[in-house]
Amino acid sequence: MKAVLLIDFGSTYTKLTAVDLDREELLGTASSFTTIETDVNDGLTRALAALREQTGEVQYTETYACSSAAGGLRMVTSGLVPELTGEAAKLASLGAGAKVVGIYAFQLTEDDLEEILASKPDIFLLVGGTDGGNTACILHNARVLAASDADFPIVIAGNRTAARECERILAGKEVYVCPNVMPRFGVLNVEPTQKKIREIFLERIIRAKGLSAAQELLSDIMMPTPSAVLAAMELLSNGTACESGIGELVGVDVGGATTDVYSIADGMPEHMNTVYKGLPEPHSKRTVEGDIGMRYSIGGIIEAAGIDKIAALSGLSPARITELVALIKADKSTVPIENGDLEALDFALASSAVLEAVKRHAGSIYETYTMMGQTFVQEGKNLTHVKNIVVTGGSLIHTKRTAQIVSHALYSPSDPASLRPKQANTWVDRHYILAAMGLLSTHHPDAALRIMKKELEYHGDSE
Amino acid sequence: MEKKKKVLVIGVIGADVHAVGNKILYHAFTQAGFDVVNLGVMVSQEEYIAAAIESDADAIVVSSLYGQGELDCRGLREKCDEAGLHGIPLVVGGNIVIGKQRFEDVEKRFIAMGFDRAFPPGTTPETTIEALYELLGMNGDGE
Repeated sequence: MKAVLLIDFGSTYTKLTAVDLDREELLGTASSFTTIETDVNDGLTRALAALREQTGEVQYTETYACSSAAGGLRMVTSGLVPELTGEAAKLASLGAGAKVVGIYAFQLTEDDLEEILASKPDIFLLVGGTDGGNTACILHNARVLAASDADFPIVIAGNRTAARECERILAGKEVYVCPNVMPRFGVLNVEPTQKKIREIFLERIIRAKGLSAAQELLSDIMMPTPSAVLAAMELLSNGTACESGIGELVGVDVGGATTDVYSIADGMPEHMNTVYKGLPEPHSKRTVEGDIGMRYSIGGIIEAAGIDKIAALSGLSPARITELVALIKADKSTVPIENGDLEALDFALASSAVLEAVKRHAGSIYETYTMMGQTFVQEGKNLTHVKNIVVTGGSLIHTKRTAQIVSHALYSPSDPASLRPKQANTWVDRHYILAAMGLLSTHHPDAALRIMKKELEYHGDSE
Repeated sequence: MEKKKKVLVIGVIGADVHAVGNKILYHAFTQAGFDVVNLGVMVSQEEYIAAAIESDADAIVVSSLYGQGELDCRGLREKCDEAGLHGIPLVVGGNIVIGKQRFEDVEKRFIAMGFDRAFPPGTTPETTIEALYELLGMNGDGE
């Protein structure tokens, strides 16, 4: 047996997944409460003991880990125009698995700088201007950062004309220069920057966040957990040379604090009479809704859906919902018991979280009349023909009503402008293995893909 | 170091989907030595401005083929000023108004709106290119 151990250092749990590479199957999964303040290794040791109970003594030949501990990879970006390089910087950071804690556009002000320093980002992404375009803004922002006591790494990925000068201005700080995230108008080039961000995460942040002791155990690769999940989604969608993928997909991860949505799809307009507006989006796109989460961000879900909608979905009265929400806010670890009111509420919350987060991720279309007749204008990705939805997160995997919750990710005739999938198969991550498979895919893509196809619970078409 | 080309932002303004002329202009301007940011059809004033800021454009060339150009173009100069694009040359052309009007009158109205040049229907790309060379102080080779 060739066993591999995959570790996900989370902010509240350390999750372990053990796989047998020869037989391409799961050996077991286990998790334990993480105590990043004291020592991350305590959580790891306990989780390892729990895993051993399932698997017996196993000699692992390889060990890989990802981490979202201590707040994950926290980034701040600054671009020029919000819809252009500002958006490109955000897409680049999210795609690298970061949590974007600040987005700035145009010239940074003194107030902006105070906010940025207070938010203590792990990495700052400085962009602005197409190649040969505006240099004034990025140079100004470099000077603002240079004059501050900012001690975080700064990645410069803006107008190439200004890149070296920015580097000189920022001399003395930890600075990296990458190709422009938007070299030409409307063209994204985010991969080199994302690669650099992951490298910095690996070298600096792991050390700073007390994970270096755990690192001795590891053979290779540390990446932000969302980056591992994205890698798993890409593999599942695209396949490898030897094993086919499942095709274009939408992934939804409803968490306690945020809801992440992934799409591995082109999504460009389907018809000649549709005009595309805005920045073309990357084939692999990740968005994070910071106000949509089952526990810490419960208020955001209710605000987005409206309490009447939550009441209708759960069958509970608004008064009872308010009562339960107060209970959850007081104790974030509250989990529902079967058939109770809390379960009904969690169903309504999860359904609304899925609806809102996928709606924000997907593109939209509107109809307009021109002298040439009916025309459609599309912004963002058209996901109507995506045939697969992959779901993960406690509220979706620890319930019997997964299919019902997932149906809220789909296109709705009452909201025809939102370009969500019309008809899709659902893949449920019952054993919480997506991040682990993303990690495994870096060295063993075929095995990772086959294990996912085997272990993800498949449900046929939902409409 | 390679000399920086002059940058033009072009597109068809408003709810106008005439795509062919836009493509011809894109190729003509590129051949004439410009670096062209083509926004395509159905372009709003805000999109021209955003693209011009990001690409540090030297001029904005607005096309309008469906007769509503005068409405669509109103306020573009003021928005450019507001966005910090002071004095950026604005050029407009196409079927910019409806009906049989004397072009001298039309031109006057567009100049009053803050455009530097306005061109009537049937203008060749070469005419516009000449005007751009002149506006941007370039010689005949696009330098």
